[in-house]
Amino acid sequence: MALTSALGRPAPHGVADEDLERMLLIRHFERALLRLFEEGLVNGTTHTCLGQEYIPVAVSALLGEQDFVFSNHRGHGHFLARYGDAHGLLAEIMGREGALCNGVGGSQHIYHRRFLSTGVQGESLPVAVGVALRLKRLGQGALACAYIGDGTWGEGSVYEALNMAQLWRLPLLVVVENNGIAQSTPTATQMAGTIAGRAAAFGVIHHHVATTDIDVIRGDLAPLITCVREESRPVVVEFATHRAGPHSKGDDTRSPGEIALARAGDWYDRYAAGHPERFARIDAEQGELVARIADEVAARPPSSWDRR
Amino acid sequence: MTAPGETALGATGLGEPAPDGTASGVAGPVRVAEHLNQALHGLLAADPGLHLLGEDVTDPYGGAFKITKGLSTAYGDRVRSTPLSEGGIVGVGAGLALAGDRAIVEIMFGDFVALAFDQLLNFASKSTAMYGRPVDLPLVVRCPSGGRRGYGPTHSQSPQKHLVGVPGLSLFELTPFHDAGRLFGHMLSLARPCVLFEDKVLYTRRMCRDGVVDDLFGYELVGDAPGWAVVRADGLTDHDAVVVAPGGLTDRALAAMRELLLEHEVACALLVPAAIYPLDLGPVLPYLASARAICVAEDGTAGGTWGAEVARLLYPALWGSLDRPIALVSGADSIIPSAPHLEREVTVQDTTIRDAVLAALGS
Repeated sequence: MALTSALGRPAPHGVADEDLERMLLIRHFERALLRLFEEGLVNGTTHTCLGQEYIPVAVSALLGEQDFVFSNHRGHGHFLARYGDAHGLLAEIMGREGALCNGVGGSQHIYHRRFLSTGVQGESLPVAVGVALRLKRLGQGALACAYIGDGTWGEGSVYEALNMAQLWRLPLLVVVENNGIAQSTPTATQMAGTIAGRAAAFGVIHHHVATTDIDVIRGDLAPLITCVREESRPVVVEFATHRAGPHSKGDDTRSPGEIALARAGDWYDRYAAGHPERFARIDAEQGELVARIADEVAARPPSSWDRR
Repeated sequence: MTAPGETALGATGLGEPAPDGTASGVAGPVRVAEHLNQALHGLLAADPGLHLLGEDVTDPYGGAFKITKGLSTAYGDRVRSTPLSEGGIVGVGAGLALAGDRAIVEIMFGDFVALAFDQLLNFASKSTAMYGRPVDLPLVVRCPSGGRRGYGPTHSQSPQKHLVGVPGLSLFELTPFHDAGRLFGHMLSLARPCVLFEDKVLYTRRMCRDGVVDDLFGYELVGDAPGWAVVRADGLTDHDAVVVAPGGLTDRALAAMRELLLEHEVACALLVPAAIYPLDLGPVLPYLASARAICVAEDGTAGGTWGAEVARLLYPALWGSLDRPIALVSGADSIIPSAPHLEREVTVQDTTIRDAVLAALGS
């Protein structure tokens, strides 16, 4: 994959503490979730974004309060990058008091302020088009941002939505996290052609991101997102990324070599090597923070839901 | 997918829309299609946050059944002709509703709502509750439904039963008794996704008003809005049998009731709800409890139907007074053929209802 060429190149010294903090918050949050599952403290399922944390952290800084974010089954990072409320999210996943959605939605159904995730692939894109239609009419430059995966491109709703968004010139930012695998199926065996080619078929601008360098990503995306806002048109941004963990819990059927390759593309080691002292300090801080949050949330009483 | 390319309005054409979206601004009873069109004019005029989306809905075409004629001319891009993307446009409607607007989505033929099932079942309906608090989603999906117009198997279905029982999804059906403007106002005020079924033959019939149906029958509305229409022969307060039916069955139920009264001396009351799911039977239980026979009639095939849902609710409520099983009338277990003589064989006719009532009475 394209990321391998970036390996070994240290991250620039300019990376902000707050970006490192947020990426590491997400990393430790996801690791804690897998641990809690193993301990039997969380039921159901979860899909961690290990290896992909830099994407929403890079994107979220370019979003405004009025922008509306749609997320998917692998959405913890999307949420934490936007709103940072790890207590509320963990309480939601664990069904504890203080949960974002009273424990009803769980890991993949969160609606909080201007963030909404849902669990059916591709379903949110037409909804995002409707929201973008409303935002365009309001004329304040806000956009709808939808995170989808490479597997999502198997759904017809994606094409219905892209067609309408381009036809009606709507402010829609589609962020594609192409981690090369849809659950257990390699992208190469479930997608004909390319995402770029599919976007081009609709005349939609497509931008490919092959780096994990947050500042470089932001520098490239900023003018595109300005274009979404000011020209009111859809843009597809495709990140070539790696899923460093399993699809959900212990269901990784990739070979050791494939997993090693995915982990070799992980931003974590690259940032650790590039900023050893700062990274170690922040990594330890965020690890301790998440451990405290997990203990605190696990001790809370169960959430309650008024079904009215 | 072919549009019928014809007007449902016959020779009457469209009258000037009444500002309140009701039939009252026009002399004489209007056809249901025209009344619905006027209601949409009224709604779009009154609510600048209301959108209408659908295939071929803009002028000069004005929709396959002309229900949206004149709307795009009057209300601009709030009335939007869309690509052929039923799932997509129901999702767009849900997005508009989620973001604070209101949306009406027209599905050209009710059969095609199958293409929007995911958006209705998994997004719009679930989203009202699955985020742990009530989420407003004022969305109405309009489905022209039913056969008897020769459009064939993929353009004639009555898909009601496939949508019954979805938590968060409310179902309505157009009737000639309920003012469409007020019905839309009610649906949008629920702030949850609604599907409105509109019988395609009913479009061509006339609205009833002022309690008058025809020379023999009259009606009254009972219960909280939108309520039930109770149709009986003028001057008769007792009845032998009750027919429960959604609005699309009205013409056939009335024809059956006329024959039952004049030829068989059987007095029937017809109960027509506008809100078909969830169903509030409270306002009409007295009419049902006093009947010797109850017949629930509906279009579509038997099995897991709206009529079965009515019976499910009625059995425990009336168990002490029922003399015999509730009679359920459905279409044949068949697709709907195109040729009129074949179509007639599988769709519910007035005679089907008449015979079911007579059989239920043991006559």
